Amino acid sequence: MTGEALKTTPLAAAHAALGARMTPFAGYDMPVQYPAGILKEHLWTRAHAGVFDVSHMGPAFLDLVAPSGDPDADHRSVAALIEPLVCGDIRGLKPGQIRYTLLLNAEGGMHDDLMIARPAEVSRQGGLYIVVNAGTKEADFAAIAAAAGNAARLTRADDGALIAVQGPEAIAIVADFLPAAADLEFMTFTTATFAGAPVTVARCGYTGEDGVEILAPASTAATLWDRILADSRAQPVGLGARDSLRLEAGLPLYGHDADKTVSPIEAGLAFAVSKRRLKAADFPGAARIAAELAGGLTRVRVGLRVQGAPAREGAEIAAADGAVVGVVTSGGFAPSLSAPVAMGFVPPALAAPGTFLSVLVRGRVQPAEVVPLPFVPHRYVRKIKS
Amino acid sequence: MRFTKDHEWVEIDGDVATVGITAYAAEQLGDVVFVDLPEPGKAMTAGEPMAVVESVKAASDVYAPLTGDVTAANGELTDNPQTVNDQPEGAGWFVKIKLSDPHQVDALMDRAAYETFLATL
Repeated sequence: MTGEALKTTPLAAAHAALGARMTPFAGYDMPVQYPAGILKEHLWTRAHAGVFDVSHMGPAFLDLVAPSGDPDADHRSVAALIEPLVCGDIRGLKPGQIRYTLLLNAEGGMHDDLMIARPAEVSRQGGLYIVVNAGTKEADFAAIAAAAGNAARLTRADDGALIAVQGPEAIAIVADFLPAAADLEFMTFTTATFAGAPVTVARCGYTGEDGVEILAPASTAATLWDRILADSRAQPVGLGARDSLRLEAGLPLYGHDADKTVSPIEAGLAFAVSKRRLKAADFPGAARIAAELAGGLTRVRVGLRVQGAPAREGAEIAAADGAVVGVVTSGGFAPSLSAPVAMGFVPPALAAPGTFLSVLVRGRVQPAEVVPLPFVPHRYVRKIKS
Repeated sequence: MRFTKDHEWVEIDGDVATVGITAYAAEQLGDVVFVDLPEPGKAMTAGEPMAVVESVKAASDVYAPLTGDVTAANGELTDNPQTVNDQPEGAGWFVKIKLSDPHQVDALMDRAAYETFLATL
């Protein structure tokens, strides 16, 4: 990015007013922390609700150019356009449902992980709501637009604001002014109106907590941000704590725990591979994924509880006999556990929870035990109490 | 107390220097969660890495401000690394170094000079 001006989000002035420390991230000038600091922001999110500016990410809408008017047929048509790029069951999405899926290359590695969602409204069938990662969005959007050809139009929405509200009190805060949020189950979304403009409210997140991500146009972004933070249960949280929260939640970060060489099975994302799609072998890299599911796996992502100094990305993982068997892809201090944790790749034979390995930090051998992911239990709300 | 441009402080008592990181450095690092200190007896060379301080986000090197041998490391930081944030220029000291040449300290900044330096950052 050297030589290129950093892009800003519609909330840049709000971050400055809050005293945020800014850092370049994926070409954007982003808040890494606010005056409270990463530790307090992290713990506040787990106890109450954190508010995150994630406008650097890539929200977009894919819509059939000429829908037939038959809702189910139109959904099948738009799903058929994007399914050749991903391993998920897009056709089978229910109205309002969001699916986590993966953009794959011919070798079964990942171009990105992303969300694809089917609108609930009958009038919007033949459309999809898509959110991709910041660092990969140009390539992702180009691939999706190419796959859509003349049949569908991709409309980027990354000139607006994407605001995540995450934590046990997130829904109560948001439902105060967007009541529809309370009726959403985890991994569903709806459209509502805020300050006279449409907002897309998706019950999902990247912290392991209940919460929503709200897409709003730039014109109402600051009003929405201020409205959320007017609630004393909400505090602004930067990208620093976003990373420690997702690490505790065992969620992979594209470019670190997943890349173009890592398959969904290696990354522990088999749940994102559709059984129908696998049977049909109709997505890129299907042969490799089928072979890995049949036992041909050489490495797999695991969680590690580390003793001593935090083991960061790049730290080597060694077996009991001292042989290097893998590498840490994400690691650091877990504020909720007051202990270092890491994720990395090791051979399947060493991947069972309870396996004692070690990590090499600055030349020192430190004990590391394989533990189940997530490190901190998810608290998603899958069923709404009536 | 004397200071380096790498934001270490030094307090001299005879030929022994107590060394830590400045309040400015501690504030920049954020919440300290782990401190890697050298063992007593280890030889330190001015300008070379002496310790590592870890925040939630990253690991940062701390450089030896002076040349000499480590005589003590602050065990309090092992149990309570947050002491670095709470009292960076006091209880949050890192190591004591027996100086090979006590006159080395003359090359370091006094507080007024360090604060002038900070104002340029």
